[in-house]
Amino acid sequence: MTAPLLQVDNLHVHFPISGGGLLGAGRRTLYAVNGISFELAKGECLSIVGESGCGKSTTALSILGLQAPSEGAIRYRGLPLSGPGAPGRMQRARAVQMVFQDPYASLNPRQSVKTSLAAPLRLHGITAKSEISDRIEVMLANVGLTPEQASRYPHEFSGGQRQRIGIARALILEPEIVVLDEPVSALDVSIRAQIINLLLDLQEKLGLSYLMISHDLSVVEHMSNRVLVMFAGQVVEEGPWQQIFTSPAHPYTRRLIAAIPDPYAAMNRGERPERFTDVALPAGRDFLFEVGTAPDVFAAPAPSELIEIAVDHRVRLALT
Amino acid sequence: MRLGFNFWLGAALTALVIFAGLLAPWIAPFDPVLDADLMNSELPPDATFWFGTDAQGRDVYSRILYGAQISLTVGIVSQVINSLIGITLGMTAGYWGGWWDDLVNGLTNVMLAIPSLIFALAVMAVLGPGLPSLLIALGLTNWSWTCRIARSSTLSLKSQGYVQAAQTLGYGDLRIMFSQILPNMMGPILVMATLGMGSAVLSEAALSFLGLGIQPPFPSWGSMLTDARQLIQLAPWVAIFPGLAIFLSVLGFNLLGDGLRDSLDPHMRTRNP
Amino acid sequence: MTAPLLDIRDLILGVALGRSVRPLLKGISFQIMPGEAYGLVGESGSGKSLTSLAVMGLLKKPLAVSGGEILFKGKNLLALPQREMRNLRGNRIAMIFQEPMTALNPLSTIGRQIAEMFVLHQGKGWDEAGKLAVEALANVRVPNPDRRARNYPHQMSGGLRQRVMIAMALACNPDLLIADEPTTALDVTVQAEVLRLIKELCSERGTAVLFISHDLGVIASTCQRVGVMYAGCLVEENETQALFADPKHEYTRGLLGALPRLGSRSLHGRQRLVDIDSIIADRSKLTETRFIAPRGTEGRQP
Repeated sequence: MTAPLLQVDNLHVHFPISGGGLLGAGRRTLYAVNGISFELAKGECLSIVGESGCGKSTTALSILGLQAPSEGAIRYRGLPLSGPGAPGRMQRARAVQMVFQDPYASLNPRQSVKTSLAAPLRLHGITAKSEISDRIEVMLANVGLTPEQASRYPHEFSGGQRQRIGIARALILEPEIVVLDEPVSALDVSIRAQIINLLLDLQEKLGLSYLMISHDLSVVEHMSNRVLVMFAGQVVEEGPWQQIFTSPAHPYTRRLIAAIPDPYAAMNRGERPERFTDVALPAGRDFLFEVGTAPDVFAAPAPSELIEIAVDHRVRLALT
Repeated sequence: MRLGFNFWLGAALTALVIFAGLLAPWIAPFDPVLDADLMNSELPPDATFWFGTDAQGRDVYSRILYGAQISLTVGIVSQVINSLIGITLGMTAGYWGGWWDDLVNGLTNVMLAIPSLIFALAVMAVLGPGLPSLLIALGLTNWSWTCRIARSSTLSLKSQGYVQAAQTLGYGDLRIMFSQILPNMMGPILVMATLGMGSAVLSEAALSFLGLGIQPPFPSWGSMLTDARQLIQLAPWVAIFPGLAIFLSVLGFNLLGDGLRDSLDPHMRTRNP
Repeated sequence: MTAPLLDIRDLILGVALGRSVRPLLKGISFQIMPGEAYGLVGESGSGKSLTSLAVMGLLKKPLAVSGGEILFKGKNLLALPQREMRNLRGNRIAMIFQEPMTALNPLSTIGRQIAEMFVLHQGKGWDEAGKLAVEALANVRVPNPDRRARNYPHQMSGGLRQRVMIAMALACNPDLLIADEPTTALDVTVQAEVLRLIKELCSERGTAVLFISHDLGVIASTCQRVGVMYAGCLVEENETQALFADPKHEYTRGLLGALPRLGSRSLHGRQRLVDIDSIIADRSKLTETRFIAPRGTEGRQP
């Protein structure tokens, strides 16, 4: 059996928070990510959904190597991406790249498009001028920009075009995995469709694997193969997108989906009908926490486990 | 690129100081030191001595031209040293954080707590008077504000998407600092440096006034003011012209800095869409 | 037929650039009836927030109204003296903003900030106003209102702060509440609660709402009538149901088609989203046609 493309195994990220007291008095630990495990297969789009503070961004930063895990392992094709024996930043850069949320902050205002695309190539040992400009031209065409636009600066582009440049920069080193951090939530509604279509086209054309971080469930449903729902630094439910959206088992997942204001539901002059199919839980088991209560991020979470309730569909239940 | 009137005024004043300093040996009608003639002492401005003469009968105009050399050297060299120290400490402290940040912060606060002139005096006392030690003293005193600006800019730039993107693309720390962070904070640093050039010219004047700067009989605007202090009522031109030179050059540096900041802003560099 | 509460007539607004004026609102007209929830939807730069600032009289130079009328209960707000406008603001017309943190004073307890509304607009004493403030907090379903009234803004979550903003805005029972992207900064589950709260409180009290958002879903679930703005023009207006069921303007059709729709993939499989530029031939001509459905016709156009 071959190793999965990306494997995250029991990832923990904890931050020490100084309490402001002298000599470390009042020091506490913030439990941002508590034992996340998942695999990403070649060519799939896996989405991590959850609300602010659930640990989804911290998980992404750990995979990108921008945040050291406190515990656990991240493997790329069976090789560790974190901890001792991890590859340098250069190898990691060719494996995982990221598309950022805010297209206005994610481009250096003092670098032309060409410079910000050429610099990583040069850094990774591609020095021939003709090859650099060829690859930039191909990449710009891939994201729907013209070669003439390469000499321009970020402020000369619209939000949608900037996001295209951000995608081009993420793909220029030809990574296999691309982390999409809320890739369309900062864009105008009419531009979102274009970027979503572009991302799906590129995924198919280049065989990319996406790990998408998002709170926008309609985008998640449209793009994902599998979905992880996070709450308080833990996965509370995971499964194929069909399962998550038609028969969500965890009350938090249901709440999240029901909270999306749907313009078409409003046409029926009323609330959306409860359209989830019920899921049978194993006898005697219950969910971990009351839905609607804010998690205490300064306490280690109560013991619990992910239970498979259907094929590839798992939900977190309290440990009996 | 459109630059305002202030920039051009600043550039013109700065250019005037540079030309005066560079061309002094050719355009000065008299030697600033050797052409002393007590017969001509304290003459008001006339056709021969445009700015009048001082107590030793030296031509004030010529001495101001030569003094520009000193002021320029002091202004530029001390600010280059200041900026290098401030940027290096501030950027690394902001980027790396941790104990290094604490150390640099502590050092900055100590520097800010000591009046800069007193610190410069102490350095001068150790090194002895003269131009080289003056440059070192002024270069070591005024970096704390630059350091603070560099540190706070780095802290805010560090969380920008493009800095994170550079990290994921495999850039090393130093490369990120030089290619992503430094260019984006040069605006405020440059303004600090030009303001600092002005204050360095003033500090030089003060140190020379106290006898620790440029040694007489060589002319610097500060030492000229020192010499003028007993004559201010008898021969006001001896004080007015060096004062005016200091004022105009400081003004020029400041206006130039403001203009540079505007022109370095990439939003001013728009092409036709 | 009742008279409209707010009647905006051919509002023209521009930004002065040197000697020329760049128009930002090019003749906006719409009415809000008493107790009605009216939604303005549009993308950034469409002018929807400018409209609300104009109603509040909060336009800052170089922005200036150059034509039209804003009639509130028959009185033209644009012709009102500053002092009367100040009396109206917060009292008869209230506003809630996108970012509740910046709209609250960090140095004062929220109880005091709400109480100030009663002191300012209703001439109450501080003691009584304080009690009313606790009541107002209870009305927006803040748990433990007694204790919360003594909190400072930074001690509360974003959702709670937005509730406080709503409590302040509704303190004096205004006739019109302007909500400018009130939930954009909030998480989805909190957003759902805040939207429900605004809807319930306003229909209880008969407060009319001008709801401004870029999110069609938010507008659809809160408003009875919707106006779609593009480039400073109101290009389409209709009853919510009719607008979503049968969008007339090509821009509205493009916007609706560009949205990934929850549930559609399970029903129909993944369909390519509509690229708005593929159905709009020329964006500069978008504002030439407008579809304003008359009121009281259930949204059907003749």
